[in-house]
Parts: sequence; structure tokens; C-alpha cells
Amino acid sequence: MCTQFYFDYAATTPVKKEVLEEMLPFFNADFGNPSSIYNIGRRGKNAVDIARDRIAKTLNSKSEEIFFTGGGSESDNWAIKGVAFANRDKGNHIITSKIEHHAVLQTCKYLEREGFEVTYLSVDKYGLVSTDDLKNAIRDNTILISIMYANNEIGTIQPIKELAGIAKEKGIIFHTDAVQAYGNEIIDVEDLGIDLLSVSAHKIYGPKGVGALYIRKGTKIHKLIHGGGQEKMRRAGTENTPGIVGFGKAAEMAYENIEEHIERLTGLRDKLIDGIITKIEHTELNGHPTKRLPGNVNISFEFIEGEALLLSLDMEGIAASSGSACTSGSLNPSHVLTATGLTHEKAHGSLRLTLGDFTTEDEIDYVIEKLQPIVNRLRNMSPLYENVRGKDE
Amino acid sequence: MYNEKVMDHFMNPRNVGEIEDAEAIGEVGNPRCGDIMRMYLKIDNNDVITDVKFKTYGCGSAIATSSMATEMIKGKTVKEALKLTNMAVVEALDGLPPAKVHCSVLAERAVKAAIYNYAKARNLMYEELEGFDPNDGHDHHHDHEEE
Repeated sequence: MCTQFYFDYAATTPVKKEVLEEMLPFFNADFGNPSSIYNIGRRGKNAVDIARDRIAKTLNSKSEEIFFTGGGSESDNWAIKGVAFANRDKGNHIITSKIEHHAVLQTCKYLEREGFEVTYLSVDKYGLVSTDDLKNAIRDNTILISIMYANNEIGTIQPIKELAGIAKEKGIIFHTDAVQAYGNEIIDVEDLGIDLLSVSAHKIYGPKGVGALYIRKGTKIHKLIHGGGQEKMRRAGTENTPGIVGFGKAAEMAYENIEEHIERLTGLRDKLIDGIITKIEHTELNGHPTKRLPGNVNISFEFIEGEALLLSLDMEGIAASSGSACTSGSLNPSHVLTATGLTHEKAHGSLRLTLGDFTTEDEIDYVIEKLQPIVNRLRNMSPLYENVRGKDE
Repeated sequence: MYNEKVMDHFMNPRNVGEIEDAEAIGEVGNPRCGDIMRMYLKIDNNDVITDVKFKTYGCGSAIATSSMATEMIKGKTVKEALKLTNMAVVEALDGLPPAKVHCSVLAERAVKAAIYNYAKARNLMYEELEGFDPNDGHDHHHDHEEE
């Protein structure tokens, strides 16, 4: 069955019509290389500059602090490796959390092999990093703290201002992976005191393959991509003009009505959470009930496995995701869910439904209605459920 | 990702349930790994498996392979059932994605575990069960670390 009910906006979003329209001329009519001095080259450069201004505005940064990249993962890699290698003379210790995106975690693992030391902060049952833990982890040789703004799996929003404040007090560079938060939270880099921030276009109805790194002026960082003089000599490679243009438009649209967007999605989110938890037994919300991304629902269904759940939902035209090992391609369940203290079994039975601009109330009702028989069917097949029923009787 | 036959056995699994007076019951896997399979066999005096039922907690391929395995051993003798391999189950399903083939091992092991318990209770010996340990953790996919 074709996907008719898309509940995986945290994975990616469709490009909005207005975004696509702004992008299209830059594939052919205005195809010039922004580094060229003739007219169609200049047109490309102007378009890139406008996109940069638009994104800077959404973050309350200066335009010259926005650097375009090939996506969120590149932004994370650049921020962490770039700061680590540029500040090696000051120290070799990095602090991050256990629930970061793989783009951060695997970059940190790489740096450990290169002689850096990394502290991975634990989180509480809601997925929150504690400010005391951060304070205690800081050493004389700490050069970078990287804590994600909001988690992609469970939606938990960290106390970024407090965490960044602790870093600032100690003169440590603070990076945040805001790929999920961008377009879903009001982010003011000045107010928050952030030095580096990663964002991505395809999570906010822009195209895939383009992102940005905000780098506060004066932050000591090496480049990741060496080559030509693009992006003020800091990120080489001919600009992805259509992608950057689309990103700029998507960012502008995302922040035009951000309050309304947050309010609407939060309402739908809570309706979906309540609907599932009240209608289906042996379910549990993962993540924080309120310090949570407006479009994120993550629920564990006991006694069943997530991939089986996803396949069954797919048969009903519903697209969702799970933290089960069987869906990740890896052999263990989600590192985020297990870091919050969830048993492997409950992590295997997790379902993530993420909502977005095209989600309707009817779709929420549909999912709730379809979930119940699906869960029942799988539970009736499960030897784990039968044990529980036996005890209940 | 799954072919039609696998999806059919996942959506309409054959032989789901329990057999109260089963001669043989075997359970393998553990919830930590995300899959448990329990197999019930009804075996007559001629060593023929006259009925099979299963219960599985696991992913789509675990459920589909359970279903297919029960079909493949129904009506067979115990000795024949012991010859069932996970690859034969995979083949009967017209294949599984490479990352999912390990799930089929559970089906083969569940059948063996049931017969192992059956043989043990009756002091029977099957050379096919030599070296088989039903409690030999279901660690086939936990023996290497992620990069």
C-alpha cells in the first residue's frame, strides 16, 4: 500500500511547493557558478547571499556567521573535528551526551582514536542532561561541549541556555546539534550563548543534501573540506545553489509562523499520545511529557517488536519508525532509549510517530484506530504477552 | 524490503497458537534480543508430527520464518524435522534480506529445542541433536561490535 499517512517528519519532510519554485531556476536558467564574475554567476551568488541572510535572521545571528554545508551530519563533523583539532594546544577533552545523533557520537569515537578524551554524559529517564553532571565533567583540558538541542528519537529538549552558560563561564566552546529543533523551536544564538549550531534543510521542508553550521565570530575552528575559497575560505566546493536557495526559503517559511506551528503540532501530538496511552494497555511514553518537540511521539508497546509493528502499519498506509534493533540495521536497540534506562525489550517495542505541517487531526484519529487491532494481533502471537495475561487472570 | 511470500506469512501466519497436550515444546531466543520463538509439536506413536503451533515475539521475518517452519515440518517424522535448516526455510520463503537471514536461525532452533525436550523426556537419542544446546544463548547476532 502506498504511504498515505506520513508520520515520519523527523526522518525527512517533503519539499514545499514554494520552496521548490524558488529552487527550480537555479538548476538551469541561473545555473552559473557563484564564484564566476559574469551575470549568471553573480545571480547565483546573490541568491546564496539572500539564503544566508534568511537563515541568519531565523537564528538571530549575523549573516557572516552562517556557513553552508552538505547537511546536518557534515555540520556536526565540522563543528566537532574542526574545534578539536584547532584547540588541541589547549586540551584534548570533549564532553557530549550518550543520546547524541550518530553524526556526533561517531565523530567523537573517531577523535578518541586520534588521542582525544571524550566524556559521554548520562541522561535521566526523560533523556535530560543534568547541569550538575556537566559541571562535574569539566576539566582543565576541556575544549568543547557538544549537547544536542532536541533529540531526534524521543524529542526531549535540553536546557540549552543553562548548559551553554556553564560552558561560557569556563571559556569552553559550546556546540549544539539543532537539526531536529530547527523549525520547531525558537532559537536565538545570542540569547542562548551558543558558539556553534548545526541545522539541516530537509527536516524543515527544504531539499536534502544541504545544511548549515552557525559559527560564532571568533570561534577557533579548522576547516573540514579543503579546496577553493567558497564560504569565506572555510568550506570549499562549488555551492549547491538550488539547495541553498531552497534552504533559505524553507527557513524563512518555518519561522514566519513559528508560534502557531508549535501550538498546532503540540495539540496534535498530545492528542495522539493520549489516544494511544488511554486506548492501548501496557504502553509507555518515552521522553519528557512537556520538554518535548512539538511533533514527537515515542511510545513503547510491551510484548511486541517494533519492526513487526512498522510493517503492519505500512500495510495500512502509515509510515513511522522504531528504535528496535531490527529496524536500525544495527544489532542493538536504540542507544537513546537504552540511555534513558529503558530495557532492551521495551526499546524493541518502541514506535516513533513524528508529525509535521501536513498532519491533520483526521490522520491522528486514523492512526489511533488502526494501532489497536495491530497491537492486539501481534500481542496474541507473542509468548511474552500470554505470560502477562496468565498472571492477570 | 520483504517479498510477497514473506509478507503473506507475516500478515497471515499459519499455525499460530498453542497445543495444550503437546508432546514437545521448545522455546528459544530472549526478549533482550527482541525475539522469542516457542514451538509446540503433537507427535504420534510413529514419530510423526501431526500438528504444530507457534508463538513468536519478534520482527516480521521472525514471524514469517516461524510460520513457514511449522508448515514445513507438519506431517513429517521427527527425524525429518530435525533436518530442517534455516536456509531451507529462507528458500521456501523465496529469500529474506541479507540482514534478516539470522532471524531464520531461530525457527530452526525452536524446532530442534522442542524435539530436544521431547527426546530428553523419553530417553531418545537423535544423532541430529548431537551438540545441540537449547540454552546456548541466542547470541548469533551479538558477537560483533558496532563500528
